[in-house]
Amino acid sequence: MDNALFEYLVRLGDDSLILGHRLSEWCGHGPILEEDIAMTNIALDLVGQTTSILKYAGEVEGKGRTEDDLAFLRYEREYRNTLLVEQPNGDFGVTMMRQFLFDAFRKPLFEQLVNSSDAQIAAIAAKSLKETKYHFKHSAEWVIRLGDGTEESHERVQNALNDLWRYTDEMFFTDEVDRDLESRGITFSMEDLKNTWQETVKSVLDQATLEIPTNGWQHDGGRKGLHSEHLGYILAELQYMQRAYPGMEW
Amino acid sequence: MKELDINELERRFQEKIDKDIKIEPNDWMPDNYRQTLIRQISQHAHSEIVGMLPEGNWITRAPNLRRKAVLLAKVQDEAGHGLYLYSATETLGADREDTIDDLHSGKAKYSSIFNYPTLSWADMGAIGWLVDGAAIMNQVPLCRCSYGPYARAMVRVCKEESFHQRQGYEIMTTLANGTPEQKAMAQDALNRFWWPALMMFGPSDKDSKHTAQSMAWKIKRQTNDELRQQMVDITVPQAELIGLTVPDPDLKWNEERGHYDFGEINWDEFWNVVKGNGPCNKERVEARRKAKENGAWVREAANAYAAKQKMKKAS
Repeated sequence: MDNALFEYLVRLGDDSLILGHRLSEWCGHGPILEEDIAMTNIALDLVGQTTSILKYAGEVEGKGRTEDDLAFLRYEREYRNTLLVEQPNGDFGVTMMRQFLFDAFRKPLFEQLVNSSDAQIAAIAAKSLKETKYHFKHSAEWVIRLGDGTEESHERVQNALNDLWRYTDEMFFTDEVDRDLESRGITFSMEDLKNTWQETVKSVLDQATLEIPTNGWQHDGGRKGLHSEHLGYILAELQYMQRAYPGMEW
Repeated sequence: MKELDINELERRFQEKIDKDIKIEPNDWMPDNYRQTLIRQISQHAHSEIVGMLPEGNWITRAPNLRRKAVLLAKVQDEAGHGLYLYSATETLGADREDTIDDLHSGKAKYSSIFNYPTLSWADMGAIGWLVDGAAIMNQVPLCRCSYGPYARAMVRVCKEESFHQRQGYEIMTTLANGTPEQKAMAQDALNRFWWPALMMFGPSDKDSKHTAQSMAWKIKRQTNDELRQQMVDITVPQAELIGLTVPDPDLKWNEERGHYDFGEINWDEFWNVVKGNGPCNKERVEARRKAKENGAWVREAANAYAAKQKMKKAS
């Protein structure tokens, strides 16, 4: 089995899975009907991405695990999403800021991956890129609107940025998995990705009249399976049916 | 306006209705016709929006990725229905935010079915099968409603509802063919949702205060009891096909009538839930009110930003 490829796919898929879960928590509770629809729609795209990425991960692993086995039946330490996507929804400002910081990473990532030497990844990236462009446009516009809206919205979304900033570096976490895949042309330079991300984020936050936090500390651990306390509760809900009624068809 | 003129306008209006010509937003219409439509369409819109909550309750716990995606898509459709129904009320001069405030204050009603809790995954099946099934039964005739915008909205809504109904029945079929635990879960959901689903057609014809006028105006094309009978006739064989039992000891085929006879609905329960005493009335309205309150700063910010942009463009 190609361990590095499997590991990479699980990291990619878990980001979609966990963020999709968080967004779906908004369903029925959005600040306006149009945003309820938008957030549900993005969640739906992310569930779709999860399905194709984890399905391929199961094939690469070669042990007969399906996308559902991987999504619903791993233990907490086996999930590889970043800490950013498991952070609670907070208010709409926190959710949009979390989404924007993530979309600004995902969009250039998929732009890179459409050129992957792995045909399956290239195909998944091409489809996901179309969706992610909309997600990015949507979240960036909201960050600008809220940042440059009222005094209250500015303060709320600036606080959200200050709180979430400490989880941004982890998106660019690099280890032997990434170096191995990059050497095979399956993935591409994380450094390029980070530069693009920084430029995008700066330009949008400028328009939003928001200030990039200067505090230096950055958390990581998610890519190695060391999560915040939040993930356990997400999994308790996500896995409830599969754990309570093991081995059944739904 | 002279009384004679109003009589003439009313005569022409009824003539159009009788000839099945659609009434459009700019046409003259009697005030009561307008008010009846605003009441009915906004009630329908609120039902779509409140109806997102019982199903939204299971999205994070859906048993696999496919079911999760389908449920998300379904609930999203409902939000979409709510949107274009609110737009339809706006063609009659109602304001969307005022209409929503009426829901929150308890002045406006929504379908009582959504005041029942969703307690298991099988409830997602029962709701799709029975609740969307009943909704289709109610709404197909509305595609021929005399008011144009409502009738056209219903054409699209019905297409989507029919997909919802099928996915619900498919969930039930899977469960009914599954393990004993799954079958028990499906039967329990049918037991809990059967009667509330029949109540969705509203009070019995003899107690329905709006039916006669709405039929004359062709807002409504079939009575509550006719639709309810149709629902029973179609649904009972579907339950039998997958080996589930409809929880009604009085249910039996009446050869002479060519319909099923069925037991008496518990009307005390019906009126009690309408009055606000259902298991989840308080939670449902509370959730909607909170969504609006918590979103107030977002809407203010969006307006403030739009105003700033407009000023920038003007200068």
